[in-house]
Amino acid sequence: MAFYFVQFLTGLASAASLFLVASGLSIIFGVTRIVNFAHGAFYMLGAYVAFTLTERFSGAFGFWGGIVVAALVVAVVGVLVEMVLLRRIYHAPELFQLLATFGLTLMVQDIVVLIWGPDDLLGRRAPGFKGAVDFFGQNIPSYDLFLIALSPIVLGGLWLLFQRTRWGVLVRAATQDRDMVAALGVNQKWLFTSVFALGVFLAALGGALQIPRDAVHHALDLRIIVEVFVVVVIGGLGSIIGAFVAAVLVSELNAFGILIFPKISIILVFLVMAVVLIIRPWGLFGKPEAAARRTPGLTVTPWRPLTSGERWILLGALALAAMLPLFAGNYALTVGSEIAIFVIFAASLHFLMSVGGLASFGHAAYFGLGAYGVAFLAKAAGLPMIVSLLLGPLLGLLGAAVFGFFAVQLSGVYFAMLTLAFAQIVWSIAFQWVAVTGGDNGILGVWPEKWAASPSAFYWLSLGIAALAVTVLRVIVFSPFGFALRATRDSPLRSEAIGIDGKRVQWTAFVISGTVAGIGGALFAYLKGSVFPDSLGISLSVDALVMVLLGGVETVSGAVIGAIVFKAANIWLVSQTDLSKLVLGGFIVLMVVAFPKGIVGTLEAIRNRWRSPEKKSALATSRIETAE
Amino acid sequence: MRRRHVLGAGLAIAVAGMAGSAMAQSEIKIGEINSYSLLPAFTEPYRKGWQLAVEEVNAAGGINGKKLVVISKDDGGKPADATTAANELVSSENVAMLTGTFLSNIGLAVSDFANQKKVFFLAAEPLTDAITWSKGNRYTFRLRPSNYMQAAMLVEEAAKLPAKRWATIAPNYEYGQSAVAVFKKLMSEKRPDIQWVDEQWPPQGKIDAGPVVQAVAAANPEAILNVTFGADLVKLVREGNTRGLFKSRAVVSFLTGEPEYLDPLKDETPEGWIVTGYPWYDIKTPDHDKFLKAYQAKFNDYPRLGSIVGYQTIKAAAAILTKANSTDPEKLIAATEGLTMPSPFGEITFRKIDHQSTLGAYVGKTALKDGKGVMVNSVYRKGADYLPSDAEVAKLRPKD
Repeated sequence: MAFYFVQFLTGLASAASLFLVASGLSIIFGVTRIVNFAHGAFYMLGAYVAFTLTERFSGAFGFWGGIVVAALVVAVVGVLVEMVLLRRIYHAPELFQLLATFGLTLMVQDIVVLIWGPDDLLGRRAPGFKGAVDFFGQNIPSYDLFLIALSPIVLGGLWLLFQRTRWGVLVRAATQDRDMVAALGVNQKWLFTSVFALGVFLAALGGALQIPRDAVHHALDLRIIVEVFVVVVIGGLGSIIGAFVAAVLVSELNAFGILIFPKISIILVFLVMAVVLIIRPWGLFGKPEAAARRTPGLTVTPWRPLTSGERWILLGALALAAMLPLFAGNYALTVGSEIAIFVIFAASLHFLMSVGGLASFGHAAYFGLGAYGVAFLAKAAGLPMIVSLLLGPLLGLLGAAVFGFFAVQLSGVYFAMLTLAFAQIVWSIAFQWVAVTGGDNGILGVWPEKWAASPSAFYWLSLGIAALAVTVLRVIVFSPFGFALRATRDSPLRSEAIGIDGKRVQWTAFVISGTVAGIGGALFAYLKGSVFPDSLGISLSVDALVMVLLGGVETVSGAVIGAIVFKAANIWLVSQTDLSKLVLGGFIVLMVVAFPKGIVGTLEAIRNRWRSPEKKSALATSRIETAE
Repeated sequence: MRRRHVLGAGLAIAVAGMAGSAMAQSEIKIGEINSYSLLPAFTEPYRKGWQLAVEEVNAAGGINGKKLVVISKDDGGKPADATTAANELVSSENVAMLTGTFLSNIGLAVSDFANQKKVFFLAAEPLTDAITWSKGNRYTFRLRPSNYMQAAMLVEEAAKLPAKRWATIAPNYEYGQSAVAVFKKLMSEKRPDIQWVDEQWPPQGKIDAGPVVQAVAAANPEAILNVTFGADLVKLVREGNTRGLFKSRAVVSFLTGEPEYLDPLKDETPEGWIVTGYPWYDIKTPDHDKFLKAYQAKFNDYPRLGSIVGYQTIKAAAAILTKANSTDPEKLIAATEGLTMPSPFGEITFRKIDHQSTLGAYVGKTALKDGKGVMVNSVYRKGADYLPSDAEVAKLRPKD
C-alpha cells in the first residue's frame, strides 16, 4: 500500500513540473492566440541561466535567489522577443506566429551550445531539500514534496491574479473576446506584452526548478514542448485549472501505467489526448469557441485560376526545371528530386490548410505511411517499382480516411492536436512493432529499379509527379468541390443552409490531402532507399507546416515556393555550416518579418496594390457586406 | 616596367593554376558524417580526435605522399539527411570512402547507401549488431566494439555476482532493446539460476525517472542492468540516489564509464557500478601515452571516448588507403579484410568474416575521487575474445 501512495506522490511531482510550464503556455495562447513553439526554448533558457547563477552564488539565498532571478531574466528576454518580433505579426494569418517562434527555437538550440558548451551540466541540489523522507520504508525525495506543494500555490496565485486584479479581469476579457476589449479602449499592446512576460516567466521558472533533479542540456526544449502542448489541450485551451488537472492525469497514468506496460511512456500522453478529444472536443475544461466573428476568407484577395499568360510562364518554368539534368551533376539532381518530393508534401498540407481551413500538425503520418506502404510492397511482397509506387500511397489514403473521420469533427487547434496525436500513435507503432517495421532501424534496401535508378531519371519522375500533383490540387480548388470546401471553411452555418454536408466535404479533403502526401512519401522511400520512423515524426510535420506558412497560407499554391525555399536553404545550410540551426532559424525569423503573409502571399499583396484601384474599391464593398 | 608587371601577374596566375590542379591530384578525400548538431557532447571530442589524426597522418607524409583531407558533414540526427550528406560527399566531392556516424539507424542507412552505390564505408560508432551481422554488407566495416561484445564483457563480470533477481532499465529503442536482449541471453546461459523480475523501458531522452526508480525498487531486485546514458542517466542516478535504489544492490551498466557520461555526474556518481568505459587517466601503455600527450598538447583538454573513436577511425582509414594504394572500393575492401594496425588501446584487426574490428573496451568499477566520478580497477578487454565463434557468425551474416 505504501508503495502505491509513494508512486502517486511521485506522479504528482512530475505533474508539478509539467503544470508550471503548461500554465504559461495556456495563458499566452488564451490571450494572444499565439501557438508559442518557443515555450520549450524559454524553459531551457531558464534552466541554463539558473545553472549559471546557482553555480556562481552559493548558499540557500544564492540558490533560491538564482532560480527566481533566472526566471525574471528569461522573462525579460521574452518581453524583448514579443516587442521586437511578435508585435509585427499579430495581424498575420493564423498560425503564422508559429513560424516565428519555430525559428527562435532553432536559434536558441545552437546558442545555448555556443554559450554553455556541449556537455550535459549537473545543477546543484536545492539547499534543505537534498534528502528523502521515509514513508513506511519507501523514500520520497523532499524536493518532490516541495514541488508538489508549489504547484497548488502557483495555481492559487494565478487564480487570485486573474480573479481579483483589474489586470486579470482584462486578461480574461481578452481571452473571451479580443476585439471587444480593444473596442473598449484597452491598450492591447501592453496587455499582450505583460501576458507574454508572465507566460515566459512561468516556463523559465519551470525549467529553473528542474536543475536539482535533471541534467541541463541543449535538447531540453524538444523534450518538453510537445508534451506541454498536449497537456494544455487535454485541459482545454486557456484553462489554468484544466492544465493542472491534465498534468496530474497524464503523470499519474504514466506512473501507474509503467507498472503494467513498461513501454507505455513513449505514447501515453498522445493516447490520452486522442481519447479526451474524441469524447470532449474542447478538452476537459475548455469551452466551445464562439462562432468566429471575422470570416477568415475576408483577408484573402479572392482566388482566381491562372490566366493563360501565367500558365505559359509556369510551363516555361517547368520546362526549365526539366532541363536541369543537362547541366547539373548527380548531387544537384538528387537534391532536386528531394525538393520536388517536398513540394508534393507541402502542397498536400497546403490544400488542407488554406482551402479546407484545417491546419494539421501531424501530416507526416500520411507521408510516412506512403513510404512504409512502398517499403512493405517492395520488400515484403517483392512487387515491381511502378506497382509499389501506385499502391503504396493507398496506405496513406487508408490512414487519412480513418483518422480524418475523427479529426474533422473538431476544428482549430483541437483539430491540429488530434492530428498530431494520431501521427504520434502511427509513429509509435512503426517504432515499436520491430517484427514488421524493423523498429527504429527501419526497412533498408528500397532502391529504385534500373529505369529510374539514374539521378536524372529519378529527378524527371519526381518532377513530373510533383507537377501533376500540384496541378490536380489546383483543379480541385476551382472545381465545385473546391468551392464547397471553401464555403465550409468561410461560413459553416451558411454553407450548411445551402445544403453542403460540411463534415463530409472536409473528410473528403482530408483523404485527398493524405493520399497526395502518401505519394510524396512513396517517392521519398525510393529516393532514400530506406524508411525510418522519422518519416512519420513530429519534426517532419513541423517542416511541412513551416513550408506552407513560409509560402503563404492564404494563397492557392504558395506552398510550392515555400517548399523550394525552405528545403533548399535547409540542405545547403546543413552542408555548409555547423551552426545550421542558428542560421536557418535566423533566416526564418527574417522571412517572417519581411514577408508577413508568406513569400507568395506578400508578393501577391504588393502586386495587387499596384494594380488598378477599382479592384480595391470592389474589395472594400465586399468587406462591408460580409462584416454585417 | 608595366609590361613586366603584367607578365609577372600572368605567370603568377599560371603557376597558381598549376599548383591548384596539382593539389587536386595530390589529395585523397575522405567523407565524414556525424550528428554534430544533435549530439555535441559526443561529437565535439570526436571531431577533435579525427582532426588530430589528420594532422599526424599528413605530418608523416600523408597517404603514399598524397595529402589526406577530411570533408565533414552534419546529419542532424536524421537518417534521411545522412543519406543526402553521403550522396553529396560521393557525387560532388568524389571522396574515396565514407566514415563516421553515431546513431545505429543512421549507420544502417549509410551502410545501405554504401552497398547500393558501391562505396567503401567505415562505420565509427554505431553499436547495433545488425550493421555487421543481420544487415551486414561487403562495403561496410565497423570500428567500435558492438553491442554484443560489450554485453559479453559485462556478462563475464556480472555472472560472478551472487545476485539472482535481476531488473533492467533501458531506453526504449533499438540500442536499448538489443543490449538487454543480448545481456539476458548470455547471462542466462552462464547462470541458469537467475530470474528477471522487472524491466523498465523509458523513452530515450524523456525518462520520468521518479516513477521508473520506484517501479524497479518495488520489484526488489538484487541487481540492476542499466543501459540509459546521457541526460537520462543523470536523472536516473539522481532519483536512484535520493530514493536509495542503488543501496546494497549491484548495478551493471553499459557505457557509463565513458567520460562523456560519467563526468556530468560529478559528486553524485554512484560507487561500485560495473561499467564499460574509458579511464584515460589510468591507462599506462606507450601507445596511449603518445595519443594522450598529443591530444592534450593540441586541444588543452582531456580526451573522451569520442576522441579515441574519431582518432582511430581516421587512422584506420589512412592505413587502409595506404595499404590499398588505390581508391577503388574493391581494393579497399581487400586491403581492410584482415588488416592489423596499432591503436591507443593496442593492436586491432579488421576481421574478414564480419568486417568488425577487434577494438576492445575497458571494464571497471565506478568510484568517487575528489568529488568526481572515475573508473577504478579497469581492465582492457580485447574485442577478439568476446565475439561468437566463426561458425555462428557465418550463420548471422547474409551471404554477399
